[in-house]
Amino acid sequence: MTAVTTSATPRFGWTRSLARWETLLVVALLGLIVLGNALSPFFLTAGNFANLIAALMEVAIMALPMTLIVIAGEIDLSVESAAGLASALLGFLWMSHVPLPIAILIVLAVGALGGLLNGLLIARGGLPSLVVTLGTLALFRGLALIVLGPIGVSDFPEAFTAVGFGHVPGTVIPWPFVIFLVLAVVLAVVLHRTWIGRHIYAIGKNSGAARYSGVRVARVKVGLFMLSGLIAALAGIILTSRLSSARADAAQGMTLTVVTVVLLGGVNIFGGSGSIPGVVLAVIAVAVMQNALRLASVTVEVQSIALGLLLILSVVIPTSAHRAKSAIERVRGGRPPPPDSVPRGEQRIPSVEEEPS
Amino acid sequence: MTAATRSGQRLGAIARQRELGLLVILVVLGAAVTLRAPQFLTIANLSQVSVLASVTAVAALGEALVILTRNVDLSVEATIGIVAYVVAVTLESHTFSAPVAILFGIGLGLLLGIVNGVLVAFLRVPSIVATLGTLSVFRGIDYFIAGSHQVPLAGLPEGFTDPARSDVFGVPVFVLVTVILVAIGTVILRSTRFGRQVYAVGSNPEAAAILGIPSRRVVFTAFAACGALAGLAGVMWVMEFGTINGTAATGAVLAIVAAAVVGGVNIFGGSGTLAGAALGALFLGFVANALPLIGLSQFYLQAIYGAVILAAVAADALILRRLQRSRTRRSGR
Repeated sequence: MTAVTTSATPRFGWTRSLARWETLLVVALLGLIVLGNALSPFFLTAGNFANLIAALMEVAIMALPMTLIVIAGEIDLSVESAAGLASALLGFLWMSHVPLPIAILIVLAVGALGGLLNGLLIARGGLPSLVVTLGTLALFRGLALIVLGPIGVSDFPEAFTAVGFGHVPGTVIPWPFVIFLVLAVVLAVVLHRTWIGRHIYAIGKNSGAARYSGVRVARVKVGLFMLSGLIAALAGIILTSRLSSARADAAQGMTLTVVTVVLLGGVNIFGGSGSIPGVVLAVIAVAVMQNALRLASVTVEVQSIALGLLLILSVVIPTSAHRAKSAIERVRGGRPPPPDSVPRGEQRIPSVEEEPS
Repeated sequence: MTAATRSGQRLGAIARQRELGLLVILVVLGAAVTLRAPQFLTIANLSQVSVLASVTAVAALGEALVILTRNVDLSVEATIGIVAYVVAVTLESHTFSAPVAILFGIGLGLLLGIVNGVLVAFLRVPSIVATLGTLSVFRGIDYFIAGSHQVPLAGLPEGFTDPARSDVFGVPVFVLVTVILVAIGTVILRSTRFGRQVYAVGSNPEAAAILGIPSRRVVFTAFAACGALAGLAGVMWVMEFGTINGTAATGAVLAIVAAAVVGGVNIFGGSGTLAGAALGALFLGFVANALPLIGLSQFYLQAIYGAVILAAVAADALILRRLQRSRTRRSGR
């Protein structure tokens, strides 16, 4: 994946800092593992690993399409509600005696439809993804509440709950982790080895230039948001299966963790760079961190503070480092400030004027 | 007259129409609901609606200011929650007298707003990421200090919650506070240098920077003011609800953003008024109050907030696009 980003950004030196960011992650991860091991003798056991990874799988699965969306310069805040809607709808359909396979297909289709709504408003309507998905964050959750109300449905067949709760026979690897790995490999190939991936990077770097180069910006974005809706629905189904309970308030607050994982994985919040392997690494790092905090009997409140700080730091550190680096280079070369010393978010403001009419 | 000022005036005119339109919708909606449920149009119910809406409105004023600068603050609900709990618990333990507690609450809100302002304006973290992070951090701190403790209504000093229930010449105190804040804010936005800078930064950050407008200071000030107003909303929350625990105002951010957006504060920045944001809050309060009266469950509320945000944003985009098309046509391009 370094090959792709290198060829795309020879000047910015962003690849090198990205590589260093990933090294930093590995070092942090090793540190956490040592720390965890010191905290509890059970930390390095296979059973504990299965537990710590299983608890984060819905987040991890939703982080994969989110990675592509953030690389394309957008964001999807609605994933947690899309997952909640999927859970509520699945519960409602099961309650209404719809066979489970058909119910799952319907739920996945509704997820993709929700993503289509996001995508059309953002790509065709030229609206900022932040506000559109904030709106659908409320809308999908509201629909979930309307569909299922305040009740919980929990009489699912064992064959279904085994998917979220069970392990691959003979191992301690949970099934959701297998689903995550398969999705990660597929999306990594698409992003780093195909023209679709190159188009996504091009859109994130400069969507106007991408359009004039023949990239179908709107179509790619609609596709990305549909994928995000579909996979959020899948995450909702897995969550329902793992907890063997369908609820309208399922997955509440999960978007924060999803975005944290993506940005911690070295994806640039302003779009244009980032990689799936980085995000996979971040998933493992966050899982290990949460597990270590739990073993150290740190309360849930403090964990939420830690997660918020992690999110902010994973943007502050790379941006500050980048700015410091370009300032040093400027002083050394005695050159005027380069255009990229202005953060790209301030340069490239999405406005209706830029959109095709 | 240049094209820019002309289009600015046209945008202003459209914004004013938006407020008028919202008023018309409010009246029509009120009439329709009254036909089905006559108890809607009673002084008692209307004043209850407007008092409740005032809490959202005060927070929405700050949110509107932030949105005017092309940013967003998702952490307001956590600020409201943490201020509400801290104010209630310091009153319960008699640490502060009522006036000191109120000032302390607003000051705490200001401090949290400053944290956001530093992150966004000076550390250049995009507002969405910064405030999503501080939402989690502030709420975590709130849970941490509150634990499972709950301040009951009886724990508050006698008369502290009276402002939520009293009125001046028939106008509820909360509504009066909101109107005064809207008036002050409108004067600041219209007639001071800072106000013009807010609109300039929001409508075209690059042009504003070239003109030498200190955009970072403007954005910082907007976030700080938003925090202080959220602090005030937190104090009002205590007066309104009396019983406070660590979960106060959870999920309120959607109503607050929806109020600002439906009130005509353009999400692309640079246009909108505080009066619009306050009217937006009143509109959402009406809807929330009318739902059970016409036999719909409260579960519809969240979906309605979402639909309202989407509709308002889509309307803004349509207006902007049409405006730009007519501008290019007139200038002969």
